[in-house]
Amino acid sequence: MNIPYTVEERPDSGLANGKLGIWLFLASEVMLFGALFSTYIILRTGATEWPHGELSVPLGAINTVILISSSVTMVMAWASLKMHDWGKQRLYLILTFVLAGIFLVNKYFEYSDHLTRGEGPAHSTFLAIYFTLTGLHGLHIVGGMIVMAYLLGPGAKLWKHNPDQFTNRIEYTGLYWHFVDLVWIFLFPILYLL
Amino acid sequence: MSSDPAGVRASIRKYVMIGAALLMFTVITVAVNAVHLAVPLAITVALIIAIMKGSMVAAVFMHLSNEKKWIYGALLLTIGGFLVLLFVPLFTLMDTTGTHVPAIGGGAPPPGH
Repeated sequence: MNIPYTVEERPDSGLANGKLGIWLFLASEVMLFGALFSTYIILRTGATEWPHGELSVPLGAINTVILISSSVTMVMAWASLKMHDWGKQRLYLILTFVLAGIFLVNKYFEYSDHLTRGEGPAHSTFLAIYFTLTGLHGLHIVGGMIVMAYLLGPGAKLWKHNPDQFTNRIEYTGLYWHFVDLVWIFLFPILYLL
Repeated sequence: MSSDPAGVRASIRKYVMIGAALLMFTVITVAVNAVHLAVPLAITVALIIAIMKGSMVAAVFMHLSNEKKWIYGALLLTIGGFLVLLFVPLFTLMDTTGTHVPAIGGGAPPPGH
């Protein structure tokens, strides 16, 4: 039995099921990160002093540029599919995957620099919230990379027998990826600059 | 959001322009940080730029500028929940349960205090 409304829109909502599903999932993600941002505010306003300049601003800025670029390549992958250009879609999706990998490599260097100096999450309140927020965000990057790897690998077969459904999957992956980018856009100033 | 190939082709230039604008705003954020403004002003400026960048990502890349009403409904609920989460710290500050309030006229505290 086929799952209904994977491509065609439902008559009541005007949306395919996956579209509404990914937005409801993103809503729950907003709550998750919202709770942690709220925690950050409590810790920051309650602290008598807050460290400044502990993190590498150039590395954080480079990672911001990388994630913004990956958002552009992701939306271009979707646009290429809409124009029935399979090759370009692959190229843009691979680029997005590579940029995500570079982001994680940068994050590895940042983490290892702190940890080799004995500055783990238990070192200070600032580092505790820093590792929590960026660690959770990093896990989301890994999650996105797993989905992209699936769409580049075994999931790509769907294009041959149901191109519209595959295009929708790229769109939903893109919505998730832009959300991950959006979270970083707020994490960068509050952790690295303020 | 336009889904036909011609409409998508027309949107590509917009995606690239928004990407460039986001990169420019990132440079501005770092540059403003280098000026060493007073902390409240620095927080305000950094958050205004972050909100502008976030709005561009949501409106253009996530196509929220032209979505169905069910998506907007889900987002309104999300924003409501998000604001509650952000203001939870205020609720904890307003919580006076267990705090001794002296009687008018300077009465003695109740036994055990």
